[in-house]
Amino acid sequence: MLNDEILLKIEKPACYIGGEVNSVMKDKDNVDIRFAMCFPDVYEIGMSHLGIQIIYDMLNRFEDTWCERVYAPWTDLDAVMRENEIPLFALESQEPIKDFDFLGITLQYEMCYTNILQILELSRIPVWSKDRTDADPIVIGGGPCSYNPEPIADFFDLFYIGEGETMYRRLLDLYKEMKKSGHSRDEFLHEAGKLPGIYCPSLYEVTYKEDGTIATFTPKFEDVPATIDKEMVTELSDTYYPLKPVVPFIKVTQDRVVLEIMRGCIRGCRFCQAGQLYRPLRERDVNVLKNYAFEMLKNTGHEEISLSSLSSSDYSQLPELIDYLIEECNRKKINISLPSLRIDAFSLDVMSKVQDVKKSSLTFAPEAGSQRLRDVINKGLTEEVILNGAREAFEGGWNKVKLYFMLGLPTETRDDMEGIAKLSNEIAKVYYETVPKEKRQGRVQIVTSTSFFVPKPFTPFQWAQMSTKEEFLDKAYIVKEAIKSQLNQKSIKYNWHEADVTVLEGVFARGDRKISEVIYHAYKKGCLFDSWSEYFNNELWLQSFEECGVSIDFYTTRKRSEDEIFPWDFISCGVSKEFLLREWKKALDETISPNCRQACQGCGASGYGVGVCTEEKTGVSL
Amino acid sequence: MMKLRIKFSKHGPMVFIGHLDMMRYFQKAMRRAEVDISYSSGFSPHQIMSFAAPLGVGIASNGEYMDIGVDSLTSSDQIKDALNRVMVEGVTIESVKVLPENAENAMSSVAAAKYTISFREKYRPNFDLFGQINDYLDQECILVTKETKKGTKEIDLKPHIYSFTFDPDKKVVSMLVDASSSGNIKPVFVMEDYYKYCGKSAGEFDFIVTREDTYTNIGTDEMPNFVPLDYVGEDY
Repeated sequence: MLNDEILLKIEKPACYIGGEVNSVMKDKDNVDIRFAMCFPDVYEIGMSHLGIQIIYDMLNRFEDTWCERVYAPWTDLDAVMRENEIPLFALESQEPIKDFDFLGITLQYEMCYTNILQILELSRIPVWSKDRTDADPIVIGGGPCSYNPEPIADFFDLFYIGEGETMYRRLLDLYKEMKKSGHSRDEFLHEAGKLPGIYCPSLYEVTYKEDGTIATFTPKFEDVPATIDKEMVTELSDTYYPLKPVVPFIKVTQDRVVLEIMRGCIRGCRFCQAGQLYRPLRERDVNVLKNYAFEMLKNTGHEEISLSSLSSSDYSQLPELIDYLIEECNRKKINISLPSLRIDAFSLDVMSKVQDVKKSSLTFAPEAGSQRLRDVINKGLTEEVILNGAREAFEGGWNKVKLYFMLGLPTETRDDMEGIAKLSNEIAKVYYETVPKEKRQGRVQIVTSTSFFVPKPFTPFQWAQMSTKEEFLDKAYIVKEAIKSQLNQKSIKYNWHEADVTVLEGVFARGDRKISEVIYHAYKKGCLFDSWSEYFNNELWLQSFEECGVSIDFYTTRKRSEDEIFPWDFISCGVSKEFLLREWKKALDETISPNCRQACQGCGASGYGVGVCTEEKTGVSL
Repeated sequence: MMKLRIKFSKHGPMVFIGHLDMMRYFQKAMRRAEVDISYSSGFSPHQIMSFAAPLGVGIASNGEYMDIGVDSLTSSDQIKDALNRVMVEGVTIESVKVLPENAENAMSSVAAAKYTISFREKYRPNFDLFGQINDYLDQECILVTKETKKGTKEIDLKPHIYSFTFDPDKKVVSMLVDASSSGNIKPVFVMEDYYKYCGKSAGEFDFIVTREDTYTNIGTDEMPNFVPLDYVGEDY
């Protein structure tokens, strides 16, 4: 453990001492495998992540395995550790990561990539996979960004592609067996690379065309699969779920019980990666969820519970679940938080029961400012639905509205951008029409936020050209000016982001193996905690690209041909490239696609034979 | 509603958990232990819970107190055991007492606290620590400059130090000092001033401090009679 002097000097000692409620202690001499599970960002963010809690719980249910946690030390402790040559340690045992069998790193967003190098370096594990020896842990990545692992492929020994619940047992058994029989690290990695869902980058060779795009991507050995199929839980009600999640001492971002009600989404928004990766939609049984909620509240003592899914309104048993939660939570004085609900009569009724209407705000995510562009992105939300929802909400007492849009979507014109301002104004207008003067409490408060669109792998927009930084900022300026010219401009507050980080995200999202050198370079120059605006240093990143001879535009603004081999094409997430291309063309044609409950679009996910794919379709109602 | 006074100890890595986080910790612990704690009314009800004297980060304690309200109660021991079953390593519930209805709340009852202070290995005092304690205490007044939010002010420590001794065998200092909200004295502050008196200077990390207990005064201001905070409660 860090000595008292260090702990007293640093800002948040509670992030490094472990010992939290429900953290798991085991006798290291009685286990075969020691697994360090890492979220490469600060404790407060990492501890808020459900996926880690699921894997942590699952691995610790295995008698032969002890899973511990590790997070990125904040810059104050980072400096102390380097100065005093203290190796990075896991929270539970407080022992060095270097002594573990596995270091698992979850990849939730691209801007944590430099922190991966920090974790490896502080752990004294060589940052490049090729430099590691039998004395080093196996470094394995997982999570959404592992669906394009190529920009960081050279730092990892393995990637786990897909949902974590299914293949770890087999991977650990293989490891145990091969370690016992004296096999080398390379021999193990080769065998692991044959397991379903496990990708071992060093077993594949990439060649490039003269224009820099991929010519071939092939296994170096005959017994290694050319395509990696994602792993997926087929029956969500019958798998691991952390009924005793770890309860941090300090306040973290997500300080509540999280109930994951389903995976996948029926909506098929064309910009959304999660909507494709986690197909098909699978629901958890409502009685299982009631039991989970009860147990988790009891085991944690949390004062709040939240539902988690991509679109909670699509959960078929939602009314029954919410009735149960309201009754149970009222009795126990527990708050209910309901994110990602579509605004309609039902959700407004529910929300008025669980939150203080005066304090809470309504959230709409139209994503685009015009109906034309909403059709392009297949966001099935019409202006009529938004305005009706707003009207009902204003009648119910709400007067705060949050609106989320994206700028830089394919085919976007000035009209679409100005549409954001117009829609914001229309909502304000509805308020003043709906709520009589004597009932108003000041102005309606509309907060309009735009983010910049980043094309992601495994979406119909993976072929799209991304805007440049300058274009992004021009677009934000157009929206800002358009809002200023609205009648109700004083009721609208407009937020937008800096564009530098977005451009980098764009590079990493669709990057290839050439990017790893740039990331290493930037890290060595001092880039760290890039998702923290106070630490993000765009200048150092630009220098790194230049010094490595890597063009940013090649990854972001370049027009990609329909038959280009993408760096992530060797992965199958269940959705075919043909389907994505069809959707890309429909997008350019401004044609919408029905959702999975209305009519099957033949994306390929029905091959799993589970979830929404097995339901009777309702047909398209237009 | 019945009022209970709970005494707990805090050791090991838990000393790095600050006061506000300890409050959050106990709020969650009450739910895990299924204590029938009382809630305030209103749109967002909160538990009826108040702490006696905040403990600084880095300080261990054998005598921390909080008051809670409960709507029902089987026995003091039942609550003590139920809470101890859901505690983390380093925090132990030492006693649970029922307070008389007219009892003053924990925070305003606090009059004094007793601390023991030992020395980190590499910071052992290199002078006769015992030698000048009596001289120090015999001064007419012990004037020190205290930094406050509004600037600095001069105060006399003397009436706030009730005892200050050194055990040369165990090599620990023991002190009983004012811990009331109006005159709370930090033990390290006294140590630093004593070092200065001896012509030495103390560093930030020299001392390991343990709060041994927290006291209320059942005597008078002139003739104090300090008793532990749970003295005023009874088993149920």
